[in-house]
Amino acid sequence: MRKFLVVTTSVFGLLALQNIAARADADLDQRAKDPKQWVMQQGDDANTRFSKLNQINAANASKLQVAWTFSTGVLRGHEGGPLVVGDIMYVHAPFPNTVYALDLNHDGKILWRYEPRQDPNVIPIMCCDTVNRGVAYADGKIFLHQADTTLVALDAKTGAKVWSVMDGEAGKGQSGTDAPFVYKDKVLVGVSGGEFGVRGWVSAYNIKDGKLAWRGYSEGPDSDTLIDPAKTTSLGKPVGPNSSESTWQGDQWKIGGGATWGWYSYDPALNLVYYGSGNPSTWNPVQRPGDNRWSMSIWARDLDTGAVKWIYQMTPHDEWDFDGVNEMILTDQTIGGTPRKLLTHFDRNGFGYTLDRATGELLVAEKFDPVVNWATKVDMDKSSKTYGRPLVVDAYSTQHNGEDSNSKGICPAALGTKDEQPAAYSPDTQLFYVPTNHVCMDYEPYKVSYTAGQAYVGAAVAMYPPKGDTNMGNFIAWDGKTGKIVWSNKEEFSAWGGALATAGGVVFYGTLEGYLKAVDAKTGKELYKFKTPSGIIGNVMTYEHGGKQYVAVLSGVGGWAGIGLAAGLLQPENAAAWHDAVDQGKLPTKDKTVDTAGLGAVGGYAGLASYTSLGGTLTVFALPSQ
Amino acid sequence: MSNHWKFALVVLAGVFGVTTVHADGSGDPAVASSDNGKYTDKDGNPTYKISPDGTVDWYTYSGFRRYHSDCHVCHGPNGEGSSYAPALAESLKTLGYTDFVNIVTNGRKNVDAANDKVMPSFATNVNVMCFIDDIYVYLRARANNAIPGGRPPNHEDKPEAAKEAETSCTGIK
Repeated sequence: MRKFLVVTTSVFGLLALQNIAARADADLDQRAKDPKQWVMQQGDDANTRFSKLNQINAANASKLQVAWTFSTGVLRGHEGGPLVVGDIMYVHAPFPNTVYALDLNHDGKILWRYEPRQDPNVIPIMCCDTVNRGVAYADGKIFLHQADTTLVALDAKTGAKVWSVMDGEAGKGQSGTDAPFVYKDKVLVGVSGGEFGVRGWVSAYNIKDGKLAWRGYSEGPDSDTLIDPAKTTSLGKPVGPNSSESTWQGDQWKIGGGATWGWYSYDPALNLVYYGSGNPSTWNPVQRPGDNRWSMSIWARDLDTGAVKWIYQMTPHDEWDFDGVNEMILTDQTIGGTPRKLLTHFDRNGFGYTLDRATGELLVAEKFDPVVNWATKVDMDKSSKTYGRPLVVDAYSTQHNGEDSNSKGICPAALGTKDEQPAAYSPDTQLFYVPTNHVCMDYEPYKVSYTAGQAYVGAAVAMYPPKGDTNMGNFIAWDGKTGKIVWSNKEEFSAWGGALATAGGVVFYGTLEGYLKAVDAKTGKELYKFKTPSGIIGNVMTYEHGGKQYVAVLSGVGGWAGIGLAAGLLQPENAAAWHDAVDQGKLPTKDKTVDTAGLGAVGGYAGLASYTSLGGTLTVFALPSQ
Repeated sequence: MSNHWKFALVVLAGVFGVTTVHADGSGDPAVASSDNGKYTDKDGNPTYKISPDGTVDWYTYSGFRRYHSDCHVCHGPNGEGSSYAPALAESLKTLGYTDFVNIVTNGRKNVDAANDKVMPSFATNVNVMCFIDDIYVYLRARANNAIPGGRPPNHEDKPEAAKEAETSCTGIK
């Protein structure tokens, strides 16, 4: 605690001339620069998930051991990860959203615990498990975004509630799953509920008192989206008036989706916050004609006002649930001899995008899994009418094939080539390390009706591995400057754990079966693996305490990945059974091709339930003592 | 070709259980009567009809679709459950039609130290309530192993009655 006081005092001295509001950020900045601590979910404002710690390196990672473990007492899917602030580790859990403060000086003794009382009726509106992506720290407070959308600030030393505010309405299908993000004097939260017809938004609250500073919606009038028709640009041009409303029929934008539950990032020099908006509601594209702006978009908002500097819609008029919420990773790299301020984003739609983060100029858009087939490419020709748009293949267009028609063999599946599991970036190798899904789908849209607080989906989806493959995931290294895969490791199941890159030349990630893996950052060669008590959908982090580097991860299988837990996302034997019964006998079928997409995996693929079971546990690794 | 046919019939017998006697939470699922492509058992509960060639009745097919939109995000593909909701293909082995409708309409809570399972009420959701019999017969067929998981490749035509009921119930034209 002494260190804490010293840092605070010196920082305060420096900032005496500045406004009080900026003080918390300076303290946080200072801590974020200290590689011994891990004070933000993503490690830094830029979302790199990179640590300068190098005690664990490619030469000794094979000697890693479990140092200690901790049970969260909750069974559901555990996303996000712990924070380490000074000598205290903060661990969170899914609903009921318990938070623990653990004393690293006393073997993880529980200093305090906080468990909010929430109406359990929020549980079923969380479409894909009651996940929570972790807490944030700033200004001596721990911020928790509860399932029921309450944002609460707790005293980091005692766990006492300082303030709390309700950000949304669970009764309307709005829920909280994302971590809060603190930049300067504000704490930002998004909303979940794209499958419940929620109109997404981002709220910024003052960290001191929980007062709302601004709120920007994903859809609706310019006054709601905080888009300036003349100043906000998309692909270099002003978006013009009513850029959202004009792309919807009637008032469909009011239930238009565009949820905002990903990992945000922030560039202090540009004072811009970056995040993605999700899929439009419903999943039936025929029911919502138009581009459905600004769902499926990359946003750059001014932190102080929420005003949109630039915006880019990746998947206009989504037809596949390619939810655009994934993280934006901010790096400074040289392209074609010119140093650029970059933003790289691995979208659910299977394209890895690199943009200039100051202007929103599109630089690279390439497939980060070769099986991606719904679009041939993103049009990069600036003089083209379809500049910046994906060139959609009719056979995989659920809009083109229409309602009540089953479009088959679309890659990727609705859970995307990558879901929320965040990638990492190492400035040493200048590579991104990306946990991916390798899954395809059949998608059949049909008409649905909206009821507040009820699921608003409108498509039947079946998922399976790509034809001929048995692996449902890959862990890849990606060059964001050129848009090329450098190396790729197969994973039997989707790689659903967030990655960590380190200065030791080691990259860590978790797998759905429960392995914590360490691989060589240059080659992808596996250096170490350990099977934790449950499947991993959490993010790996690292810290140093008492002169020793530790690596920690939450296991606890669940989330969307957990839907397949009981039986596997796909039962290949089902397709085989239909195939045997119908196709083998050459009987005529209404569906001209019997679904055999999963057949390549028969015998090679079994349900995740054969590998792991539920349970929230933190596992902490270290090298053995000399 | 004849060998193929023989093989297909053997497989069908195994997959669809055409020769086996079944009972689920509503009793014997055998078709006792039909009305415009909608089938009921001897007690008047909705049931499925699977032809020897694997063709399913319209309502079973419709139930497959509705289930894989509004139910599977919690209850898993093919009624096989998830890490946080029960496998309905199992539940319906003991759960009768009336119980099923009651739970879907009113919801159900199982929240204690070990469980945080909450099934919402779907009473106001026309996407579910207008197709509750469809979803029921699909799951009933799954509970009796009358069909495998996955998409039924062959189904009977959509009856006019189904089209009319859908329009009047959902209000969607």
